This record gives sequence, C-alpha cells and structure tokens, in this order.
Amino acid sequence: MLRELKKYRFDLTVIVLFAGLIGISYLAEWTTGQQLVETTFWRFLKEMLTILPCMFILIGLFDVWIPREKIEKHVGRGSGIKGIALMILLAVTQVGPLYAAFPVAHLLWKKGCSLRNIFVYVGTFSAAKIPMLTFEIGFLGITFSVLRLILTIPVFILIAIIMERYLRNKKYAIRSPDDS
Amino acid sequence: MTILFIITGALLVVSFIANKQKTLEGLKKGALQFLKLLPTLLSVIILVSIAMYFIPEKMLIKYFGDQAGVLGYLSASLVGSVSLIPGFISYPLAGMLVESGVGYGVIALFITTLKMVGIMTIPLEAKYFGMKVTLQRNALSLIGAIVIGIIMAVFFAVT
Repeated sequence: MLRELKKYRFDLTVIVLFAGLIGISYLAEWTTGQQLVETTFWRFLKEMLTILPCMFILIGLFDVWIPREKIEKHVGRGSGIKGIALMILLAVTQVGPLYAAFPVAHLLWKKGCSLRNIFVYVGTFSAAKIPMLTFEIGFLGITFSVLRLILTIPVFILIAIIMERYLRNKKYAIRSPDDS
Repeated sequence: MTILFIITGALLVVSFIANKQKTLEGLKKGALQFLKLLPTLLSVIILVSIAMYFIPEKMLIKYFGDQAGVLGYLSASLVGSVSLIPGFISYPLAGMLVESGVGYGVIALFITTLKMVGIMTIPLEAKYFGMKVTLQRNALSLIGAIVIGIIMAVFFAVT
C-alpha cells in the first residue's frame, strides 16, 4: 500500500496543494482562486468525470467480450490497408480528449493489434472525430476542415509507419498503470 | 456527450442480459484501470487549469496574428502543444482568431498541435507508452503539424 502511494507522490502533492488553494480561496474570499476553480478547473473536471467513466466501462466490456483472435486477424500484424481503414473507422466515431486514447491503445495492444494500427488510432482519434468535425465546419468552414483532414490522415499514417519501423525489433510493449 | 452515455448504457444492459458474470468482470477491470489513473489525471488537470487561466485570449490574437509570419507559427505551435483546450472551446476560439485576421495556416497548426501534441499530458502518456516513445510521438506529431500548417497556408494564399 505504501509502495503504491509512493508511485503517486508527485500527483498527490499537487492534489493536496490545490485542495489547500481551493480552501484558502473560499475562506479568504480570494476571487482569482475562486474564478480559477469555477471556470477552468471545473470545466476540465466535468469533462473528465463524464467521458472517462464511460470510456473505462466500454474498455472493460470490450476486454471481456472481444476475443484476441478477432483483433489479431483484422488489425494485427500484416492486416494492411484494411487494418488501417478499420482503425480510422473506429477512431472517428469516438469522443474525448487525447489522453482518453491511451487506455484504449493499451487494450488494443493487449489484444494483438499491430503497433502501426495503434498509432493510426491515436492519430485519427484526436484529429478526425466526427462530432468535433461538425463543430470545426461550423466555425472554420468546410474547405478548411476537408483540406485539414486530407492532409492530416496521410501525415499521421506516415508517423504510425515510422513509429512501427523504429520499434519493430526493440521488444517494445505498451504498459498500463495497473501492471505491476 | 449524450450519445456516449446512451451507447455505454445500452451496451451495458445488453452485456448484462447476455452474461452477468462476464459483465461484472469487465466493469471491475475498467474501474480498476480508472482508479489507478485517477491521481495522475487529477494532477494533470489541476496544472492545466492553472496554466490555462493565465493565458488570456487577447495575447493569442496578438502573437498569432503576427504579420512577419514566423512568430505567428512559433507561438501557435507552442500554445497548441502546451494547452489542453476541449474542441467546443477551441473551435469558437479559432473562429474568432480567423475573424481578427489570423491566417489559416497558423490556425491549422494551432488546431493540429492542440489535438496531437500534449506536453502537459506527457506524464500520463508515458505511463502507457514509456517516456522515450512518448517524446518521439509528440516530436513527430509536432513536425507533422508544421507540415500540415505550411501546406494549408500555401493553399489559402493561392486561392
């Protein structure tokens, strides 16, 4: 238990200090502190506490229901263009910030998805989510959005290929905070 | 957001009807991962909100709109890489920046780095990918974002 806590030493320090700051802000009626909590912090906390629990429920269900062979066959090593297309299809329908893609990356890895496809997932997940695209078109116009997508997807497929080539013979493994 | 709740809820019900034991096992796995991530997640969010609070929008317009060009690109990639702004805030912000004269190339760079490069979330990402690969992924994404930004700028300059 103590060893477990030690791993989070930095995080816990930040949390305790911030909790102190919140307390002081409200007790001393320090408006800067109150605003920080009520605007930016609250916004992020809300996002985190709504999206992530759903994400982890889905990850858990996916983990117990989808057999490794299925993933390995369709998006594993040697899955080619079809594998890339499947990853993009999976990624564009998701919601959530970049950090929500990492637990999914670990799950896909565990189930035998190839590294290239995992990096394709991480890339398209953050750059081409359909719910966000509607927003983008609304504020920046369809020309901007379409052009950005046409450029972004190949660039991030290329990055995924580079990452896989680099890591291929390095005994690399994606970990999870609960591996110990 | 609502759609995510609906899908999660529906799948959970279907899964529960199909196999209660398996569902509980899945939920336990998910919950455990979430809890182990929570401290790091909270501290990242705290640090990000403090940083975001001190970057006012006026400053963004001033630097991004730089007519000399290079400073605009540099500041857009820097702010995009460091900050963590959800889409429903970053797009209206980008729209406002375009209206105040910021170029599309700079906006593309800002949006792409915002999504793909996460300096603040490096501690989180490193828990999964390891520090070295995390840094490599972020560096490559930054280079990719710059390439995308430059091509977009050229495109909008000639049309």
